[in-house]
Amino acid sequence: MYSKTVEVWVGIFVAMGLAALFMLAMQVSNLSTMGSEEGYEVSLFFDDVAGLGPRAPVRMSGVRIGRVSSIAYDQQRFQAVVKVSIDNDFRSIPEDTTALILTEGLLGAKYIGFEPGGALENLVEGSKIHSTQSSLSLEKIIGQLFVKLTGGND
Amino acid sequence: MWLIRNMGRRAIHSFQRLGRGNLFLFHTLMGIPQLFLRYRLIVQQLFAVGVMSLTIIVVSAAFTGMVLGLQLFNTLQNFGAEQSIGSVTALTLVRELGPVLTAIFFAGLAGTSLTAEIGLMKATEQLSGMEMMAVDPMRRVIAPRFLAAWVSVPILALIFSAVAILGAYFVAVGLLGLDSSVYWTQMQSYVDWDEDVVNGIIKSVAFGFIAAWIAVFEGHDAIPTSEGVSRATIRTVVHTSLSVLGLDFILTSLMFGG
Amino acid sequence: MLDEQDIMVRIRGMSFEYAGRKIFDNIDLDIPRGKITAIMGPSGTGKTTLLRLIGGQLKPSQGSIQVDGLEVPKLSHHDLYELRKRMGMLFQSGALLSDINVFENVAFPLREHTRLPESMIHDLVLMKLNAVGLRGAGKLMPSELSGGMARRVAMARAITLDPTMIMYDEPFTGQDPISMGILVKLIHSLNHSLGITSIVVSHDVAETATIADYVYLVSGGKVIDEGTPEQLNSSRSEWTTQFMQGQPDGPIPFHYPATDFRDELLGGGQG
Repeated sequence: MYSKTVEVWVGIFVAMGLAALFMLAMQVSNLSTMGSEEGYEVSLFFDDVAGLGPRAPVRMSGVRIGRVSSIAYDQQRFQAVVKVSIDNDFRSIPEDTTALILTEGLLGAKYIGFEPGGALENLVEGSKIHSTQSSLSLEKIIGQLFVKLTGGND
Repeated sequence: MWLIRNMGRRAIHSFQRLGRGNLFLFHTLMGIPQLFLRYRLIVQQLFAVGVMSLTIIVVSAAFTGMVLGLQLFNTLQNFGAEQSIGSVTALTLVRELGPVLTAIFFAGLAGTSLTAEIGLMKATEQLSGMEMMAVDPMRRVIAPRFLAAWVSVPILALIFSAVAILGAYFVAVGLLGLDSSVYWTQMQSYVDWDEDVVNGIIKSVAFGFIAAWIAVFEGHDAIPTSEGVSRATIRTVVHTSLSVLGLDFILTSLMFGG
Repeated sequence: MLDEQDIMVRIRGMSFEYAGRKIFDNIDLDIPRGKITAIMGPSGTGKTTLLRLIGGQLKPSQGSIQVDGLEVPKLSHHDLYELRKRMGMLFQSGALLSDINVFENVAFPLREHTRLPESMIHDLVLMKLNAVGLRGAGKLMPSELSGGMARRVAMARAITLDPTMIMYDEPFTGQDPISMGILVKLIHSLNHSLGITSIVVSHDVAETATIADYVYLVSGGKVIDEGTPEQLNSSRSEWTTQFMQGQPDGPIPFHYPATDFRDELLGGGQG
């Protein structure tokens, strides 16, 4: 039977749906931290990108300024090419900035960190960064440590 | 020989049903636009279909979330990655479990209810009677129920995901002592609005369409006896579940595949 | 033969098949306007099917079905629905909508097809319910009605839009004598006071014969006999007599075809 009650309940139902949507948008996803949708593309060249995820964030001083849009292999340079999209809000990043692949916490996911250089020119759409530091794999670290501890006094 | 003939007959029968189902869908969709002049019918059905499913969706979402939280936390601890519980649960729910489980629960609850109701109306000649009163049952009975079901599923799926995430929060933060802000910020880093949430919504819209179509069609196509109606409700659950799972695979590969 | 004007439903050379069986084989029927015409015959001859054919719910395999001059099988969806507004049909079960009460059921055609204000609808519904003697039953739900009452409500609903023709599908079947008497009276008065053409499909000879102006006997897909009730009662056809008198045996045999009884008794019982 149709009645006011029915209408009220349907209204509540739809409102709950919207509330859920809102919660998913704000609390759950990155909608709230996303600046403008659009960004400019910068290419980074790494020797080793092992462990870097396809949508990993790009951070500067710990603050998210963009994300990885694609990872590919450059057959001529024998390097990995990582294309990142930097939010349009951040247009004053120096040209000689270094890109490093860092780890969240000790064993967490990998992300890209930018360490600013001192150049006067800024990164623009299509800029390339060659000054990079690759992923540090555990084996390499242990290997380096091993060498340091045992064969360092030569 | 008999086996082959039987299979052949079954196959032809299935194709017939598929054809009928498509014609039926066409007529149903044709009957939708006029509904916007009679929003009472839709509201009535939204209540019957959506609101009635709320309880079971909320309760099962809460439990699903809590179980997920518990299980994933245990597993992630092995890798020292319990911090990412937030993102893992959210991604699983928003991309997959939310849309899929909601559609399947919906089929079992509201879907069978629709099938039985329509089948019963057919068996008691109410649909026939309506036709003779110059009222098109497709427009008066079928279309509102179809639209209400189609619209309800995505709404319910959103509610499911949200409640389940809160359920996992309760377990991870409330019971297992994870830091609250870590739960949320981790989640936000990895759950992408476009890629995950929106895709999940698209999935549930597709699932809702299928669930609504099957539920309403099986009722309309049922043999008008009590046995016929009960068989139709079984078909609704089975066909919807299988279609949703199959469609899920296709959509997942399209959306999230490499 | 009667004038064109006076024939409400004209069926010519109509055949209808279902599941391989010929339900109707090249039959001709005339339903005169403003009169009560009965279509009778044994169970299962497809009398209900005939009503559905007239109402356009089914299409004949061949032949013509004209209602008020319109060729029903050829009507467009829209025109068919327009025609149906002028027809009423009473189903065997009443076919009331089970989720709304009696008042709402009778009001249904008004709400669907007209934009009359609520007060007018209220009055009209009460009038129609009053005509069938159920004015006080407005608030009951269909599940609370007896079979006879449900049919009367269905009748009230059928006359809501003041149709020019009503088809009754087995209105007397399974009714107690009092309910039957009421229904007979109602059909008769609706016809006489409102001039509604009535088609009554039934196998209840006694009741139907008291009100019918003309009767068609249909069996095996053909019209076996036709005439006024008096003509049929004094008919010399064996078949007609068996039907009208309700004799258990005659041209339609009592026994379903089987092998010889003696043989079956003697042969049976052995593994």
